[in-house]
Amino acid sequence: MTASLRIFFFGGITSYRALFHWLTPWILIPTFIVEPIFQVLFFAFVGRDAGVGDDSFYLIGNAVQFAAIPCLFAMGNTIGNERYTQTLGLLLASPARRLPLFLGRALPVIINGFCVSLVVLVLGALVLRVHIPGDAWVPIIGVLVVTSFSCTGLGLATAALALRVRETAVLSNIIIGILIVFCGVNVPLSALPTWMSTIAYGLPLTHGIEAARDLAGGATWSSVTGLVATEALIGLVYAALGMAMLFALEVESRRHATLELA
Amino acid sequence: MSSWCVTREGLGMRVLRLVAVGWWLQLKNRSRSSFDGLLSILYPLFFATSIFFLYRQNGDEAALVSAAVGASLMGVWSAVSTSASTTLQGERRQGTLELLVAAPTPFSLVILPATVSMATIGLWSFLVTLLWGRLAFGIPISFDQPLVFVIAAVVMTFSLGLVGFLQAMASVRYRAAWALGTLFEFPVWLVCGFLVPLSSLPDWVTPIAYLLPPTWGVSAVRAAAFGGSPWRDIALCLATGAVYAAIGVALSRRLVDSARGNATLALT
Repeated sequence: MTASLRIFFFGGITSYRALFHWLTPWILIPTFIVEPIFQVLFFAFVGRDAGVGDDSFYLIGNAVQFAAIPCLFAMGNTIGNERYTQTLGLLLASPARRLPLFLGRALPVIINGFCVSLVVLVLGALVLRVHIPGDAWVPIIGVLVVTSFSCTGLGLATAALALRVRETAVLSNIIIGILIVFCGVNVPLSALPTWMSTIAYGLPLTHGIEAARDLAGGATWSSVTGLVATEALIGLVYAALGMAMLFALEVESRRHATLELA
Repeated sequence: MSSWCVTREGLGMRVLRLVAVGWWLQLKNRSRSSFDGLLSILYPLFFATSIFFLYRQNGDEAALVSAAVGASLMGVWSAVSTSASTTLQGERRQGTLELLVAAPTPFSLVILPATVSMATIGLWSFLVTLLWGRLAFGIPISFDQPLVFVIAAVVMTFSLGLVGFLQAMASVRYRAAWALGTLFEFPVWLVCGFLVPLSSLPDWVTPIAYLLPPTWGVSAVRAAAFGGSPWRDIALCLATGAVYAAIGVALSRRLVDSARGNATLALT
């Protein structure tokens, strides 16, 4: 039990610091602060030009979406950079229990995703002069935590795929692109074809964004608990799927000696 | 004496040959890369799809067609912005940066074809996005001056390659150059009028936009597509691009000399 807790907490934070590679200010500030703010501004101005939606719509959609960036990339790097540093074989040959090993790696990522999302929301609101009611902030923070968790669940599945895919950056970028189009980040689900909105309801972000928009629009926490619970459930399903894929692909990579071939 | 120092006529042909062969080699190389090839086409397509849905909501077909051209051009810059910044880091990682710097061929003439090839990959993204708009969203592709439209798009692509060249040179001392490249993607999309007219942005943005070649490139392509005279914008796009290239050449001499003098080329 103590070993599992140590692997979960210390293994997680050590892995995050060693493998994410994005923690230098030269990467962290452009990627997690400046670029997201410009993405918010870009879509807010495009929305104004198209005469669709208001600044608040684009601010919240993009700010919540930015929880997905660290969550997907960091989890992909968990496997991809272990391979790059030639330690993946050693890691998977170790007797450490896999559940604390991989879930521990997810915890710092959830915190990272939440912080990015919150910073973008606050700075974006200041730049665009979007007013979010004071009593909405605490529930919105709760939504951001849950959304970061659900995105990390998807990230675990991405990490598993990284056992078979060499280009984790390409994989993560493609998944993020799908989330941007499908999850109502910049286009309301009602404006998407039915098949797309149906898929969106099975993806992380969708319910989180909807809940955050409702809260910013004056809804109470109790009125969005269903959305938040669904977002959490989706995160749990993806996390379970991700863990199952990690187990299965690890076994397969051992059996076929493909760990370094991906 | 270096074999590079030949007669003036011979030198011109050598430069052209070097740039052309380098461009073709880099283009083939990058076309096989999932990051530079596949992602350069797919990633802007995701944003373009969002934009098509966004503009389709209010039912204004003219705005949708205009947005389709702007969104398609976004991919050209997207292909350059991140990749150009990592050009030298890529050479460094492969262990070829020192060889390129030490070669008798001017360093800038080796790097320039690489960044132009990145922009050329972006041209694929441009075509694919236009086709995607036509096939998936029914956006009509009908341009006022088709031939000039192609010329304007090619000039803009070349000019963005020159901007990428400056970016590559400016990031010779940064290990995390890719992040700086990513940083410029959205600002340029926003400021240069790819989708949002300059008149909709704050006044202080306009002078900045005028210094950026994509502003003139986008304007030229739009003029060729929807009527108007694009030639002044084409010339300005080329001229501003040439200024960026000249700054890039000067920087390459200064920064590479400095890196050699201080033994910091490898950044170890």
